[in-house]
Amino acid sequence: MLDALLTLLIVLLKIVALLVPLMVAVAYLTFAERKIIGFIQVRRGPLHVGPRGWLQPIADAVKLIFKEIVIPAGANRFLFLLAPLLAMGPSIAAWAVVPLGENLYVTDIDASLLYVLALTSLSVYGIIIAGWSSNSKYAFLGALRSAAQVVSYEIAMGFALVGVLLAAGSLNLREIVLAQQGSLLHWFWIPLLPLFVVYFIAGLAETNRAPFDLAEGESEIVAGFHVEYSGMSFGVFFLAEYANMILISMLTSLMFLGGWLSPFQGIPLLESLFGWVPGIVWLLLKTSFFLLLFLWVRATFPRYRYDQLMRLGWKILIPITIAWLLVVGAAVAGGLGPWFD
Amino acid sequence: MNALSRFFKSLFLLELLKGLRLTGRYLLDRKVTIIYPEEKTPQSPRFRGLHAQRRYPNGEERCIACKLCEAICPAMAITIEAGPREDDGSRRTTRYEIDLTKCIFCGFCEESCPVDAIVETRVFEYFGEKRSDLVKSKQDLLAVGEQHEAQIAADRAQDAPYR
Repeated sequence: MLDALLTLLIVLLKIVALLVPLMVAVAYLTFAERKIIGFIQVRRGPLHVGPRGWLQPIADAVKLIFKEIVIPAGANRFLFLLAPLLAMGPSIAAWAVVPLGENLYVTDIDASLLYVLALTSLSVYGIIIAGWSSNSKYAFLGALRSAAQVVSYEIAMGFALVGVLLAAGSLNLREIVLAQQGSLLHWFWIPLLPLFVVYFIAGLAETNRAPFDLAEGESEIVAGFHVEYSGMSFGVFFLAEYANMILISMLTSLMFLGGWLSPFQGIPLLESLFGWVPGIVWLLLKTSFFLLLFLWVRATFPRYRYDQLMRLGWKILIPITIAWLLVVGAAVAGGLGPWFD
Repeated sequence: MNALSRFFKSLFLLELLKGLRLTGRYLLDRKVTIIYPEEKTPQSPRFRGLHAQRRYPNGEERCIACKLCEAICPAMAITIEAGPREDDGSRRTTRYEIDLTKCIFCGFCEESCPVDAIVETRVFEYFGEKRSDLVKSKQDLLAVGEQHEAQIAADRAQDAPYR
């Protein structure tokens, strides 16, 4: 009895230790987004709340919390309020299996890659239900777009992951990282380069980020699926989107850039020089790089048209992944070094 | 051949990388935003802001009620009534009003004035709580002039060689 309670307590502590930094990261990702997009547009971004604007995300959160949650007259109350939670739940639950270091994780299950894939595809239900239950044409259009988009990009993403598991010979994220041990050149980004690029592009589409933010489409359907949401119900969608961005960035660095492995591994002098740096620092650096890329891409490219989006997904990304799977399969069967020997 | 090279160009995302490089350069570029209340852009001595009526150093008001400014004002923002002053009978304005809601800040009134009485100052941060607050009377304009006389005189002196 006491044992069970203790286990529960430890699990809860682990969850808190993961979620609190995650929420802070989400808050400051919004800040980084405004700053970086500002810089790219030769502006300075938020500056006035706190020293150099550093308290801006907190001010934003406080504002959202104090705002009224308006429920539209024709909306389905239950589903309307359930939708943000359905969007938020999976994007947080997926974090359970993400290893932050060789022995640093909440749970370590055999098929964690499968679990992550399943949960990231679940979050689209939140968007669809939000769009439908709002009883608004814009929200509905946004939800329809999002559904079709996520379903098509899920396939390319899944195939890219098949490549990873072929290369690593495991569905466990921790073992995938360990399979990349050796040096910078042993990481999977070289043998799986096309899959790496496809995975990141599909990741942009999965998280509904620009240039694939058709579900939101401010300039055409106002705000898409979350037009009718206000206050914290909107805030939860926002949180889910950014948590998803961090998740995709971290998965990309785990699967293609060697996760917590040091980039100086295998280089005689530098390896010992940087030996003291904990692995999580490398992982966070790699993750931040992809997050920067997310924001950079958003500030650079215009939104895809719906048919272009479908063409890209079905006619380009999926054939490339399938073709490269054959190459990876042959390489694995032939024991091509230094990755698969 | 052309189609083939175009195909590979788009397949390897070359154009997109070019775009990213361009925005990346701006990311590191110097920022030009002026943080307004704390920082301000430099002003020319010819800046045309809020109007003022000036006085001579001996305290006599400059305006002689010639009504040239009223005549030239393209927005018809100036209203003048003139008459002999009570104590010495000299010709002065009894009413001099500028409607700032009509004014287009063209500076013609200042150009037309033979005695440099009506001028436009560097003040541009002013407001009115009611519409009537923005119809400036003679007293208001003289008060503005008194407050900023040093700056006004310095600006006129700097611009004088070019007039």
